[in-house]
Amino acid sequence: MIAAAAPVRAKRVLPGFTLSLGTTLLYLVLIVLIPIAALILKGAEIGPERFWQIVSSDRAVAAFRITITAAAIATAVNAAYGLLMAWVLVRYDFPGKRLLDALMDVPFALPTAVAGLSLTALFSANGWFGSALEAAGLQVVYTIWGIALAMAFTSVPFVVRTVQPVLEDLDVSLEQAAETLGARPWQIFSRVVFPAILPAWLAGCTTAFARSLGEFGAIVFIAGNLPFQTEIAALLAFIRLEEYDYNGAAAIALVLLGFALVLLVASNLLQNWAARHREAAR
Amino acid sequence: MNPPDLIAPGYAVPPHHGHAARTGGARLLIGLAVGLTLLFVVAPLLYIFVRAFSQGWQVYADNILNPATLHAIWLTSLVAVIVVPLNVAFGIAAAWAVAKHRFPGRGILVTMIEIPFSISPIIAGICYLLLYGRQGLLGPWLQAADLQVMFALPGIVLVTMFVTAPFVAREVLPLMQAQGTDQEQAAVTLGASGWQVFRRVTLPNIRWALLYGAVLCTARAVGEFGGVSVVSGNIRGQTNTLPLHVELLFNDLNAVGAFAAASTLTVIALVALVIKTALEARR
Repeated sequence: MIAAAAPVRAKRVLPGFTLSLGTTLLYLVLIVLIPIAALILKGAEIGPERFWQIVSSDRAVAAFRITITAAAIATAVNAAYGLLMAWVLVRYDFPGKRLLDALMDVPFALPTAVAGLSLTALFSANGWFGSALEAAGLQVVYTIWGIALAMAFTSVPFVVRTVQPVLEDLDVSLEQAAETLGARPWQIFSRVVFPAILPAWLAGCTTAFARSLGEFGAIVFIAGNLPFQTEIAALLAFIRLEEYDYNGAAAIALVLLGFALVLLVASNLLQNWAARHREAAR
Repeated sequence: MNPPDLIAPGYAVPPHHGHAARTGGARLLIGLAVGLTLLFVVAPLLYIFVRAFSQGWQVYADNILNPATLHAIWLTSLVAVIVVPLNVAFGIAAAWAVAKHRFPGRGILVTMIEIPFSISPIIAGICYLLLYGRQGLLGPWLQAADLQVMFALPGIVLVTMFVTAPFVAREVLPLMQAQGTDQEQAAVTLGASGWQVFRRVTLPNIRWALLYGAVLCTARAVGEFGGVSVVSGNIRGQTNTLPLHVELLFNDLNAVGAFAAASTLTVIALVALVIKTALEARR
């Protein structure tokens, strides 16, 4: 009897749809959407004039400038380092390769506060690196370089992990053809390989940049947090909260949220481009 | 992850790669990659333990067994124990709904699940404060009901739930999608109930991805800093999670204590990485 009745039902839909979708929506609405709506409502309550006043204040503008500059430096570092790592991990075989590959995930696994603590100590005057750099007249801790360093560390995996699969998928016969035609290794890389991985590389850089803009935990340790010099936007929002200036905190948080969403869209577009690129290459 | 596996059959290894492994160029690049990683990734990792043990085992043990540190470890474990199972349940529900059914708005739902990834945890914390704080939207109502969400365990748990929301779903969903619904439909045809289908057919198929997502979720939940620092209020011995405790010790200029507390978090991170690597090899 059951066997006779079931196939009709099974062809349509598996059981548990209402339960699973209901649970998913409830969780998303309660945990993610309502809190974000609270921030947006607060922004609406502030009003455009006051909002502009807050985010265009000297201290806020300085904080945004410092955050964006440091994130740009960090992204440039990871653009190069991530590309190098992806290339070496995909193209060469050497002892310790799997360990090196696993190490790329350390910055994601390690809590940001721990990373911040360790980098700060490492680069301060009595640390392993700080003592050497100090002798060379270079100060990292409590400067924008320290902020960029913390951002770069916490966003290491983005470029590597986006470029790696594309590089693995690359059709090597194109490179063989280029070599047959007499291209030098560097020419093969810049003319054949790089154009193919460009969309993925840019997508990785975009997510690394977005992550750097929002980074907080690692930076508060190393930055020194001086207004107008080493105070990042996320920290300024945090300070406003501690002063019970909720409008100030909400306005700065909304600007950061806006950056994050724009970069999310950009990275998604780049990733779609990358996916089409890969399809076309096959 | 060895190159021979990566190259599809039918392609020979490109000649210049074969050369490259022995040429100066390849050696230079490998050396550069290893060197930079040692300086940039390994050194900070190693330094945590070097500093934590810099005054010997006894001082390390004293730092860990300090009541405030023990309380922070307990609180952080408690948060993880609450958050991870909820996240696993959410991840399974989301994956089951999206991967095994067709309905309008699936794409939007997937994007919504991913949102917490692109939002800085500190913004998440601010969102929660604006909702549940004293001046927040629900503030007056919570006060009338005498419910304390902010600067207490519920706030910490909620923010951690926000930050970790996509972790399990992101691992399980693509796998469930790739596996399709044939096996489940066959089970239903044979008269299995919904629960039986899930437990006997779907769960064995996704168990490694589920475990993988849960491990990543645990690592993230344990290490959460920005969001928690907004909603915890840093009350010593009460709402201080382990990462916040690290900051507190650092600000107290107790560097060795801070590194000792940090070393426990580092061990958790390393264990998570080892499990992750092992599970990846299995897949």
